[in-house]
Amino acid sequence: MEIYLDNAATTRAFDSVNKLMLQALELDYGNPSSLHRKGLAAEKLIKEAKEILAKSLKVDTKEIYFTSGGTESNNLALIGAAYGNKRAGNHIITTRIEHPSVHNPLIFLEEQGFRVTYVPVDGNGKIIEDDLLAAIDKDTILVSLMYVNNEVGAVQNIRNLSGKIKGKKSDIIIHVDAIQAFGKYTIYPKREGIDLLSASGHKIHGPKGSGVLFIRDKVKVNPIVFGGGQQKGMRSGTENVPAIAGLGQAVKEIYLGHQERIDKLYTLKKVFIDGVKQLEGVTVNCVGDELKDSAPHITSVSFEGIRSEVLLHALEDKGIYVSSGSACASNHPQLSGTLKAIGLPKNLLDSTLRFSFSVFTKEEEIEYTLSVLRELVPLLKRYNRH
Amino acid sequence: MYKAFLIKYAEIGIKGKNRYLFENALRDQIKNSLKDLGDYLVSKEQGRIYIECPDDYDYDETVEALQRVFGIAQICPVSIIDTIDWDPLTEAVGNYVEERYPDKNFTFKMEAKRSDKKYPLTSPEICVEMGAYLLRRFPEMKVDVHNPSVRIMVEVRTRSYVYSEIIPGLGGMPVGSNGKAMLLLSGGIDSPVAGYMVAKRGVTIDAVYFHAPPYTSDRAKEKVVDLARLVSKYTGPIKLHVINFTDIQLYIYEKCPHDELTIIMRRYMMKIAETLAVDSGCLGLITGESIGQVASQTLHSLAATNEVCSLPVYRPLIAFDKQDIVDIAEKINTYETSILPYEDCCTIFVAKHPVTKPSLKVIRYSEKALEEKIEELVKTALDTKETILVQ
Repeated sequence: MEIYLDNAATTRAFDSVNKLMLQALELDYGNPSSLHRKGLAAEKLIKEAKEILAKSLKVDTKEIYFTSGGTESNNLALIGAAYGNKRAGNHIITTRIEHPSVHNPLIFLEEQGFRVTYVPVDGNGKIIEDDLLAAIDKDTILVSLMYVNNEVGAVQNIRNLSGKIKGKKSDIIIHVDAIQAFGKYTIYPKREGIDLLSASGHKIHGPKGSGVLFIRDKVKVNPIVFGGGQQKGMRSGTENVPAIAGLGQAVKEIYLGHQERIDKLYTLKKVFIDGVKQLEGVTVNCVGDELKDSAPHITSVSFEGIRSEVLLHALEDKGIYVSSGSACASNHPQLSGTLKAIGLPKNLLDSTLRFSFSVFTKEEEIEYTLSVLRELVPLLKRYNRH
Repeated sequence: MYKAFLIKYAEIGIKGKNRYLFENALRDQIKNSLKDLGDYLVSKEQGRIYIECPDDYDYDETVEALQRVFGIAQICPVSIIDTIDWDPLTEAVGNYVEERYPDKNFTFKMEAKRSDKKYPLTSPEICVEMGAYLLRRFPEMKVDVHNPSVRIMVEVRTRSYVYSEIIPGLGGMPVGSNGKAMLLLSGGIDSPVAGYMVAKRGVTIDAVYFHAPPYTSDRAKEKVVDLARLVSKYTGPIKLHVINFTDIQLYIYEKCPHDELTIIMRRYMMKIAETLAVDSGCLGLITGESIGQVASQTLHSLAATNEVCSLPVYRPLIAFDKQDIVDIAEKINTYETSILPYEDCCTIFVAKHPVTKPSLKVIRYSEKALEEKIEELVKTALDTKETILVQ
């Protein structure tokens, strides 16, 4: 049996996505900038994807830019907005639980003379609102917030936060890293006060290497990739037509029967949390008071006395794939910044696994995983490093 | 410009009647190192190995491959001249100099060899005449027999060869000329270097890796395969045995004092490696141990580990400092892979304060607790070994 519970890392593509991408590779393989019919067919695929994206976000198609993925979207949003608006100020605010694709461009910007404030979060991974608002000053040009945290599933109330930020200083640009949230929540940037929004295709059963950045009309963002001027010069380079088409198709499909799917994810999450809590020495992180306070698809669990990597491989041995901390950073030995930021005790930092579900996850898979954990956890606890 | 290489070897030259065995081994290693690059003709001729290159060969790629072959002292790119007749020969050597050294403002010395002792000129005469010819043709050139900036060497055999450039080889002895040994390969920095060094003395390498899933990951195993592949660029194909060590390790953990874990574990690794070695005709074990590097490598610990096996254990790094080992690892390109951060089975159950001066008496006593099951576990580990041919 193969049970894939690492859907926050990446997901299996929908069949319809594969089909459309194959069409883009085999038939509509023209360069979308070419003037002939083949180019037009490719351009049409991009146009369709753009319309799907715009509709799903309730924005205008001209506000949609395709990128190579979430990382590029975050980089373009932050570096592009910082440089595009540096006359207005040089101060940026973010949180302590951001993904490296937000954190590292900000370190780069700090080296270039920008000032960055990192706002703390509470034990549930929620931004401390007073600290966020207190950080705003006359030089603040940009606030970057994560909608759903990739490691623990903490969700921020973006609409509330953006309202208060803009209430204090109306010209602040608000960027939201929605890479884990897109497809799980219905996000309308304009309703939520979002100016820049990053999303990724492969987290929603689309292809890897596909991403999108919503840039609200009139918000100034400088490009970071230069070339033939594609996508109005914002992101040059021949468009990755198969990936863009696949991304559009994935968005179309992920929002079909959406509420039902989300309810199902929460059911799975509840079954899993209830079961895993029965085990000795287990803590479930950042679920808050209500199940719906955290994202439907991510559960972070700490297993006292067991190294996460060992449990990960023991589960793998039984055909269950999970992740330790955040998959994007898992090749680095340093411990997770998010887990530290939520105040997880030191002994649990290296003992935390992430179980993440998708529309393909079945309840019996959760039950099987629980039964394997019931067997493995006491066994692995016997062998401690000391 | 060069159609061929002349390979000179050092130590093999003094091997007396067995010399041909070493020469054959070297020729085979050279053939092996070039086999993926094209159709080279490798031939042995009177104390020399000549490599004739295919028309479309890549010079740099060829030299790089030859620089990974143990037993080669010098690599000389040569031009072949299809004659031994004097006038065309001198003209061809002149053309070689013309093309190779466009700026003629240098000092040179002629050196010559002839294999046919009936050749009308002796070697010194060839030098004098050839030198005179070159001076006439290129008046800017000057002779300096003591400290020339270029040595122009001509060899007259069934045809003639001219060369003036010497590229250093790795030295050592050709792999396959000196028996076979079993390398205990971990994912660390030391063991690949140890394998490389022993192979450099002509020893064929088999390797064993101790895998402890789920405590060590598939990535850790993949890393060891990658290391073996990097070492095999020098040693030729390596047979890598992967032993599942988890149950043995857990059993030791359960039954023995934890500060002795590492020593007892290493003793069982040595025993298993020795069994594998004997089975595959290896005449010794190789480890990357270095005195005092970690608790299990003090003289006391080494003595305790060594006690369980009767085959000789070769430890080429025994007196090396870490930095010296790192330098070699960097040179042979294993360092980057070695430092990838995956756990290996020597690090997972380490006690905070392992014994550094284990007493054999105490260790033997502790091992008594294992008597009930250990033999069976060792047998299972050997029976379930996975063997990968890495090349």
